[in-house]
Amino acid sequence: MMRRLFIGSVWFYFALLLIGPILYLAVQSFDEGIAAFWREVTKPEALHGFMLTLEITAIVLVMNLVFGTITALVLVRQHFAGRTVLSGVIDLPFSVSPVIAGFMLILLFGPETILGTFFGTLGVKVLFAMPAMVLATLFATFPFVVRELTPLLQTIGTDTEEAARTLGANEWQVFLKVTLPMLRWGFVYGATLTVARAIGEFGAVLVVSGNILMLTQTATLHIYQSYVDFNYVGANAVALTLLAVSFAILTVLELAKAKSAAIVTSAN
Amino acid sequence: MTTHTLLQLALRSAAVGYVSLLILFPLAAIAHQSFIGGIDHFIEDISTPQASSALVLTLEAAFLTTVINALFGTLSAIVLVRYEFPGRWFLNALVDLPFAIPTLVTGLMIAAIYGPTTILGMWLQEGNITLLYAKPGIVLAMLFVTMPFTIRSLQPVLMELEREHEEAAFSLGASPWTTFWKVTVPSVLPGLLTGVFLTFVRALGEFGSIVIVAGNIPMKTQVASVYVYGEIESYNPQGATSVSVFILLISFLVLVLLERLTRPPGERMPRWFRWSKPPLPMIHPSEIG
Repeated sequence: MMRRLFIGSVWFYFALLLIGPILYLAVQSFDEGIAAFWREVTKPEALHGFMLTLEITAIVLVMNLVFGTITALVLVRQHFAGRTVLSGVIDLPFSVSPVIAGFMLILLFGPETILGTFFGTLGVKVLFAMPAMVLATLFATFPFVVRELTPLLQTIGTDTEEAARTLGANEWQVFLKVTLPMLRWGFVYGATLTVARAIGEFGAVLVVSGNILMLTQTATLHIYQSYVDFNYVGANAVALTLLAVSFAILTVLELAKAKSAAIVTSAN
Repeated sequence: MTTHTLLQLALRSAAVGYVSLLILFPLAAIAHQSFIGGIDHFIEDISTPQASSALVLTLEAAFLTTVINALFGTLSAIVLVRYEFPGRWFLNALVDLPFAIPTLVTGLMIAAIYGPTTILGMWLQEGNITLLYAKPGIVLAMLFVTMPFTIRSLQPVLMELEREHEEAAFSLGASPWTTFWKVTVPSVLPGLLTGVFLTFVRALGEFGSIVIVAGNIPMKTQVASVYVYGEIESYNPQGATSVSVFILLISFLVLVLLERLTRPPGERMPRWFRWSKPPLPMIHPSEIG
């Protein structure tokens, strides 16, 4: 009896919060037919938004994989003063509101600041342009790769790498042939979370981009603009497209979990 | 100096330099801006009627969200771990969805289904319940984006704490009540605290979904993040700074407290990221083949 009540309330909670809203958005997007949906999704403004989001996500993903790996290696393998501080700082972006993150970048790169003047004389536009949008997204996503890799690096230890070195492999070979392959599911998981967050980033990008049509308007900003302009079909259509991407991301996450679970189970 | 130590030094400089540029510099910028204003301005800025009501509303909604999330999150975690039922796999996969959905899309979904034009919205209206452009809508949005935290921090703990442990204590003569307090609670508490505290911090900063569902009426349904956005748009960096710093201070304090409460002696790595670890034992080896 208790069992049925518990299971029932969990289904109810999920239906009310997750399943209902998602299904309803899907229905709403086709409210005026498939033709209207297609028209909204393939509008030049929408396509530009998708492209810009894709570009930012690609840059951020590469940066996070490179610097995330370096930072994780340093955190786990090296002991130095300030290591605990570094470790604590990495988690800070999780607790900073996206709007505040964007605002901090405005304070840092505004026209009256040292950095702002410096880039101004170089002729590089940081705010209301691509650099600030990339920086804002980097800030929000930096912890993902690092925090997936650190526990993995701790578990695998350095025995295999030492063995490879004894057999005559140089540092670069050890890294490419031994360390990286062992970390692959951590990469998949960290990269997927990064992509999800980068595609969905809104608050920070809204603040630093200026939301300029066909110039700095990402997919999420385009949804927001359509909603504010009462173009609900347009907003819902692009939102549903991003939702489909979310489902794809979730599938990758589930597969990654199953695979990494399989590795751990076989290791035990 | 060998090439190995040189390489290590280079990597360390790269990591520390990158993290400083990306995270510490922006934080230093807002701290600097806050110091320019001084403590008097800070207090003045956060106690204007509009700012203080935004802060109170945010804290209230985040607190309510945390309580509901703790209750339903715990229940969901228990049900997903302990019971076999049709759709368990499906629900378990759905838990991560709020992390994958853009917050703005979350806002649109909630606005669409609970808005006044739908059957559900009309039914709520007859009962004189307004969700959209009111406090319940804000809490609903916060609940959606924070849903995974409690469930995902409790699941691994509950799996470790197999039923046998409790049964062992029970068969050794402990009453159900003693078993619950002496065995279940102490092992589950760190996970629960992690989920609850992360929920609170995440709810405090939420923007994308709330900006859609709240209506953002000053003094009524305007939360702190939306207030900060308004101040930025109206070129008032000082007002934006003070409210931002206030929210940042609360968030950092909560996280430091969490760290103190959950860190076992001798452990050096923060454990805030626990929720993202895959709950391994959910997949039985036989299912993988």
